[in-house]
Amino acid sequence: MSDSVYAQLVGLFGGVLLLCAVLIVWRRSISAEVRLLAVQGGALAALVAVLGVREGSAELLVVAGIVLTLKVVVLPGMLSRAVAQHGAALREETPLINTTTSLLALSLLTILAFLVSRPLLVLGDDPAIAAVPVGIALVLYGFLVLATRRHAFSQLIGFLVLDNGIGTVAFLTAGGVPLVVELGASLDVLLVVLILQVLTARISTEFGDADLDDLTELRD
Amino acid sequence: MTVFVVLPVAFCLALAVCTAVPQLGRLRRLSGIAASAVVLVSGVVLVMAVLDGQTPTALHGQLRVDALSAFMLTVVGSVGLTATWGGLEPRSAPRTTASYPTLVSLFLGAMSLAVLADNMGVLWVAVEATTIATAFLVGHHRNRRSLEAAWKYVVLASVGVAIAFFGIVLLYAATLSAEEPTLSWSLLDATRPPLDPSLVRVAAALAILGFATKAGLAPMHSWLPDAHSQAPAPVSGLMSGVLLSVAFYAILRVQAIAVPVIGPELMRGMLVTAGLLSLAVAAALILQQRDLKRMLAYSSIEHMGLLALAAAAGGVLAVSAALLHVLGHGLAKSSTFVVSGRILATEGTTSMADIRGLLTRRPGVAVPFLAGMVALLGLPPFSLFFSEVAIVVAGVQRGLTWVMAVAVALMLVLFASLARHSAALMFGEDPAAGVPVDGAAHGPRLPLVIALGATAVIGFVAGPFSTVLARAADVLGATP
Repeated sequence: MSDSVYAQLVGLFGGVLLLCAVLIVWRRSISAEVRLLAVQGGALAALVAVLGVREGSAELLVVAGIVLTLKVVVLPGMLSRAVAQHGAALREETPLINTTTSLLALSLLTILAFLVSRPLLVLGDDPAIAAVPVGIALVLYGFLVLATRRHAFSQLIGFLVLDNGIGTVAFLTAGGVPLVVELGASLDVLLVVLILQVLTARISTEFGDADLDDLTELRD
Repeated sequence: MTVFVVLPVAFCLALAVCTAVPQLGRLRRLSGIAASAVVLVSGVVLVMAVLDGQTPTALHGQLRVDALSAFMLTVVGSVGLTATWGGLEPRSAPRTTASYPTLVSLFLGAMSLAVLADNMGVLWVAVEATTIATAFLVGHHRNRRSLEAAWKYVVLASVGVAIAFFGIVLLYAATLSAEEPTLSWSLLDATRPPLDPSLVRVAAALAILGFATKAGLAPMHSWLPDAHSQAPAPVSGLMSGVLLSVAFYAILRVQAIAVPVIGPELMRGMLVTAGLLSLAVAAALILQQRDLKRMLAYSSIEHMGLLALAAAAGGVLAVSAALLHVLGHGLAKSSTFVVSGRILATEGTTSMADIRGLLTRRPGVAVPFLAGMVALLGLPPFSLFFSEVAIVVAGVQRGLTWVMAVAVALMLVLFASLARHSAALMFGEDPAAGVPVDGAAHGPRLPLVIALGATAVIGFVAGPFSTVLARAADVLGATP
């Protein structure tokens, strides 16, 4: 793979990752957000594959396969089935801040991401390193979604955007973490999502809805 | 020796699988005790080995036991034993739900793996695995409040620990400049590769922030009182005594890797802030607290804050005192949580306004509770007295005089409010005067006697015990 193709592919998939995250913040329909999450996972897997081909590392290609299965097939599949079960797909949710404000916040967070990723740029002038701010931006977007959405599924999506961001930084800076850690981390994320999904189901049977504004009994 | 390194993790995982079979009723009932006992025995054997000058390893160096790991394994085992044995339900009690014994075994296995691994990444995976194991334990009662607690716990803890993972990833990226990228602290400590300070600074800050969330340090503590108050009593004891301690252990490991590269200032600033804030939050919220288990939960935040201050001070005295404190707090807190479960069972409430005159009405639960509270208040002869004094002295020696002055003031406030609450519970005007005295203990008495007895004695046991603590502090590169 020539240098320019490599740089372009890293830029392309980094761009798709960022675009999907922006669209997730913009859209309100939960089923649309799940589809976007699947696309984002695909972009992350493609990014890992590009890095793997570039470095000729079979391990990274295996990891790309894992990421593809987990983030494009398994997690979105689980989420969309749960959304369908709860009939939440039809419901538009009202975040704490309106769309204009959240898009404005996104642009500020993107600037912030470029500022805070400066210490990371010491790692070299490879196109992959230059794309690190994308990962940081994803982490910050994930926080935004977690902080401003009140529906249980939306918080779950925020958590997964955050996780994709951390994954992006990991692959771009270090070519991923050691395989055993990568496997453990993937398994953990899968189980956390599974647990949150079960809890969501229990919350909706108990409260009649999965709106987290109802969770106010425990306080001091 | 290798067998004792693998045994705790392997045994707990095997037990987790076996207890999933519903027919094995007796095994399911006793599985938590068996798992903790094996962890404790392995911990003691490994402490002996370490004192003997060995450094046992297993699985090609993936697991490695130094003095700190061996000591922490002993803490996991002893606190686990107190919580599971003390929390043993009578045989006549309604059968526990299917997953309970499996999840407790998984929890103990993951905690053992966390302290035995010689790899930041594996440590992270194990700590995150405990979130998974405890999520359903917190939501065990399946009512509104426990579901709310479980949701908050899983979201906050996962996000917090994800931040720690971010830090670990950056740390790994920083070691790419070394000959072989690694997350093993023994390798990093042995080779001291030239790491980039600015990268390590970001990595360490994120990792500390993440593990501090799991350790229940303010301002990331908000999951802790909810989770501790809603979980079944033995699980509250496990979370408070084991989970928080292991998260603190992770902070110590991160600190030991980062300090040689970037100096102590950043970590000291973060830990002092978190420590004082935790003490302040605990002081403010215990004063007005109405729920017994929430009061104990805030007391855990207080003790974690104190541990953060000890880590901020650094040095052999502070670190060994902190480790002694981890053990003493774990034993005393798991005992009091177990007793709080018995109080809930006999009184039907944990609302402190409704529990009065316990000492005359129910001495069987009141005496161990009182002993546990006296230990947690930091009164002699309990070891928490010695470790608290040592932490304050070490802090003053290391130039944190003002910090320690504020901390002592906050601890006095905490002492006063905890003592006031305990006195009301024990001696307060009995609302139901004339109810016959109930001297039954409502559960095994022996584990509480052993745990509180040990807490009272370990402060005085010099010799091998202090050697272990000093060696463990030495592992962290603490300079006198």
